[in-house]
Amino acid sequence: MLVIKDLYAKVEGKDILKGINLTVNAGEVHAIMGPNGSGKSTLANVLAGNTNFEVTHGSITFNGKDIFEMSPDVRAKEGLFLSFQYPVEIPGVSMVNFLKTAVNEHRKYRNEKELSAGDFLKLMREKKAMVQIDSQLTNRSVNEGFSGGEKKKNEIFQMAMLEPTLAILDETDSGLDIDALRIVSNGVNLLKNKNNATILVTHYQRLLDYIVPDFVHVLYEGRIVKSAGKELAFELEEKGYDWIKKELGE
Amino acid sequence: MEDQNKLIHEVTQRDYRFGFVSDIETDTIVKGLNEEVIRIISAKKDEPEFMLEFRLKAYRRWLTMKMPEWAQLKVPVIDYQEIIFYAAPTQQAKYESLNEVDPELLRTFEKLGIPLEEQKMLSGVAVDAVIDSVSVKTTFKETLAERGIIFCSFSEAVKHHPDLIQKYLGMAVPYNDNYFAALNSAVFSDGSFVYIPKGTRCPMELSTYFRINAQNTGQFERTLVIADDDSYVSYLEGCTAPMRDENQLHAAVVEIIALDRAEVKYSTVQNWYPGDKNGKGGIFNFVTKRGICKGVASKIFWNQVETGSAITWKYPSCILMGDNSVAEFNSVALTNNHQQADTGTKMIHIGKNTKSTIVSKGISAGHSSNSYRGLVRVAPKAENARNYSQCDSLLLGDTCGAHTFPYIEVGNSSSIIEHEATTSKIGEDQIFYCNQRGISTEDAIGMIVNGYAREVINKLPMEFAVEAQKLLQISLEGSVG
Repeated sequence: MLVIKDLYAKVEGKDILKGINLTVNAGEVHAIMGPNGSGKSTLANVLAGNTNFEVTHGSITFNGKDIFEMSPDVRAKEGLFLSFQYPVEIPGVSMVNFLKTAVNEHRKYRNEKELSAGDFLKLMREKKAMVQIDSQLTNRSVNEGFSGGEKKKNEIFQMAMLEPTLAILDETDSGLDIDALRIVSNGVNLLKNKNNATILVTHYQRLLDYIVPDFVHVLYEGRIVKSAGKELAFELEEKGYDWIKKELGE
Repeated sequence: MEDQNKLIHEVTQRDYRFGFVSDIETDTIVKGLNEEVIRIISAKKDEPEFMLEFRLKAYRRWLTMKMPEWAQLKVPVIDYQEIIFYAAPTQQAKYESLNEVDPELLRTFEKLGIPLEEQKMLSGVAVDAVIDSVSVKTTFKETLAERGIIFCSFSEAVKHHPDLIQKYLGMAVPYNDNYFAALNSAVFSDGSFVYIPKGTRCPMELSTYFRINAQNTGQFERTLVIADDDSYVSYLEGCTAPMRDENQLHAAVVEIIALDRAEVKYSTVQNWYPGDKNGKGGIFNFVTKRGICKGVASKIFWNQVETGSAITWKYPSCILMGDNSVAEFNSVALTNNHQQADTGTKMIHIGKNTKSTIVSKGISAGHSSNSYRGLVRVAPKAENARNYSQCDSLLLGDTCGAHTFPYIEVGNSSSIIEHEATTSKIGEDQIFYCNQRGISTEDAIGMIVNGYAREVINKLPMEFAVEAQKLLQISLEGSVG
């Protein structure tokens, strides 16, 4: 589904990613862990096409297509979803209007008929129940005045509405209390199936108690320095990132 | 940023979507302005003596006046001897049904997406369609007449209700008020007249579509709305104009008189030709709009969404004379390419316990300049007056300008004036967030701008609100900041 080869990227002139290689297949959950500044969020943003991040080398194919040929909105419509670390507020734009536009843009891209207002509201009710989001939130402007936890839940709700084939969750666990973390994780688990894949970007092993990864990768100084099964997360939690540094001989 | 600027540049490539010329025969007089021309206009319209005198008085005064230069605008020199001051469609007959109306005219409205027929059948809006300077078709007049409501062209009002005209014409905007008001008073050709009798609530939105049509014809509309004691009316004014190469002067006057406890809501959606992407052509719009809250507890609301015109000079204002009177000004002004706008309002508090609210939302893109100019004046006797002003500017890109010129003059110590102002740019992060949900950059900008303007758009009547949203989107397609 996703193949990243020898990827290099810069932010504000500074090299952040220095040769990433990663393959993600349908049905898999990958966790990308690493200390602050290792390039985790950069990788997530490069995948989604944020123009503040400049790719200097390498290739990424998504569903067999060159991702750099696609604008961010096309990537989204191809099925790539980014749950933002810091979801953005859009004053005056209602969640309903925002999501109805998003859902219908996805449908148009797939040559499907746009949803009627009634069908859309029905879909929204179903998904709201699924991710246990407060129904009041969808009556407000996009993320405006939402608490940190509400914003993260709202990201998962949008993911449920858009049913991506590849979901990238950028630090979705940060700022969540245990209850919210459980709700968010439940949502992600419910949305998981054999046809889609998930990339979890996180500092902590805590999230992985709820969403169990098939693979764990350690990102350090712009490169994936270690990959293994879920047991790697426990090892990291126990020994800290210094252990990796030592292993690398630093 | 590079990419963003490229996208902004792309917006300037867009051409005016509503630009077309309708092929209707027009009857015009020779170009130029002198007393003789004014006498001809008055004679053509078969006006009573007092109207001719009003016009001549205004003309003589205008000759002594100078064009105002205090606005943040660059206005080319206007040669008044090159302008034709009167044009009327040759078919002047009044029709029994829409079938008799020139089909070309009906098609014009259809192209604009505002078919008269549908307006009439579906929305219950009485439409007084103005193409160029003479009212061609007035609908619903009979229904309105049953309630004693007068809604007709200004010329008809002069003929049939001269007493009302004589009493109220120039009350809010005197003939010598300013350069453009004096010019309008001298040469205005037609417009709309509304009178709502005592205790009457107008059962439908009254609507006029202005349209500038004949080439090189300055358009000088005159609108007078009178709401008698305890009455209510909502008036809609909407405009689009065909594409032109030459600049066209437009100097309208709108007067509103609200008597005791009367309420008038005046809504405008304006989309005149703004000129091409290089700033060539476009309408010059110098408008004087003013309402008087003459009666106690009377209310006047100006609501407007403006996206058009090459140059806009416009300050819909209120004089709050009656004690406890209320006035509001809610505005969205969008400028793109080389458009220039100097707009705002004046709230003059004279009565006690008067209250005014100003919400101004400026949106600038391209190489445009967008200024807000507002005056809040509280007279010494206007005890306990209140004003709240909110003045926001949104910038798209780094080649446009936004300016704010608030003037506040308070003559007593019991009044409370609040002023808030913000300036922001559309965030790249907001656009990226929308993109990531599958929404294209163009749609994202339309959505964000409409969200920004929502507070004002919500004040518009439903059908106008929809039109306004589309306009904002169309006017900014491809633009990013």
